[in-house]
Amino acid sequence: MKLKLPEYILSPWRTISSPSRYLSLGFLTLGGFAAGVMFWGGFNTALEATNTEAFCISCHEMESNVYEELKQTIHFTNRSGVRATCPDCHVPHEWTDKIARKMQASKEVWGKIFGTINTRDKFVAMRRELAEHEWARLKANNSLECRNCHSPESMDITKQGARAARAHEEFLFTGQRTCIDCHKGIAHQLPNMEGVPPGWSDAASGKDAAHSSKASLAHWLAETEDSGPAAQAR
Amino acid sequence: MRSYMLVALAALPCLVPALLSAQGTGPARVDSPFRPPVQFTDEAPAPQIPADVTNDRRVARNYPDQPPVIPHNIRDYQVSLNNNQCLTCHSRKYVEGSQAPMISITHYIDRDGQTLGAVAPRRYFCTQCHVPQTTAQPLVPNTFQDVDSLITRPSDGGDRK
Repeated sequence: MKLKLPEYILSPWRTISSPSRYLSLGFLTLGGFAAGVMFWGGFNTALEATNTEAFCISCHEMESNVYEELKQTIHFTNRSGVRATCPDCHVPHEWTDKIARKMQASKEVWGKIFGTINTRDKFVAMRRELAEHEWARLKANNSLECRNCHSPESMDITKQGARAARAHEEFLFTGQRTCIDCHKGIAHQLPNMEGVPPGWSDAASGKDAAHSSKASLAHWLAETEDSGPAAQAR
Repeated sequence: MRSYMLVALAALPCLVPALLSAQGTGPARVDSPFRPPVQFTDEAPAPQIPADVTNDRRVARNYPDQPPVIPHNIRDYQVSLNNNQCLTCHSRKYVEGSQAPMISITHYIDRDGQTLGAVAPRRYFCTQCHVPQTTAQPLVPNTFQDVDSLITRPSDGGDRK
């Protein structure tokens, strides 16, 4: 049985599938190339424009809540003057991941249109949920955005405090944990953290306590405390 | 008319010294230990902000009731309505893992003397009592004597001068 397609589909198809009648092949290929360059350039420019802090804080939701909180923290003001902007932490730098994140962000456009967090109270009420989304995202990509700047290879733990050095050696270098496990709330205020154990604790690992690295971490810290110069001076 | 003169006469002993002192040399010099010795009209350069002490060494208390000082950096540690990041190491639950000193049991006692199951609200804001230290030198000489040195001092036999 032959399916009869309607004319409004058939006629554009005939136009596309038939050879050009007036335009030269050169015009079509070169013109198509030039148009492609312009389209792609325009697309990328628009993408870059949405990937700036100025764009993020053009919404008052972002400017008066999360941006104000960021300004207090070490990722905004510090001794070296290097700072992180919103997309440095919240948008992946790789193209495919970035596009995937941008598609997810269409939900945020929905939230903006319908005013999901358009008051401080609404934002505070949703803070835990929003934070959990970010924790889950960073956990899933192994804290990719942190690692765009902070790499374990370049981390000189002899310059760190004893506790930090040991924790990084124990958890970060072995890959047991990822940055976000311990470093929550480094750039914004924390939500109610009830039921969220500290990243270095057993509860966060999901492993049994007897064979956990935390036991050894605790052991090590206890040892250094007993043999340290302060203990000897006492 | 006479009453006005009486008032002026009564005010005279107060006004004369004030006038005399105002005729002194320029603005008064402020010799306070809390200020550098400069005229208060001059703008002295601000002293450098001293460095934080973050060596993780416990500091002895000057008297038994002194809240221990914090020997580590506490920048951006959030103590808010939502959560208390000090307690992610110093609470009873987590000290085994962190090896941090546990907050003392006095922190569980509310103002009515009732011991609660967790930190009493009046003890929740750690930095009200516990503070980090800097390398700043004391501005004024301190004559504080440790209680140990007081009780081991030889007795004066009740002869206090």
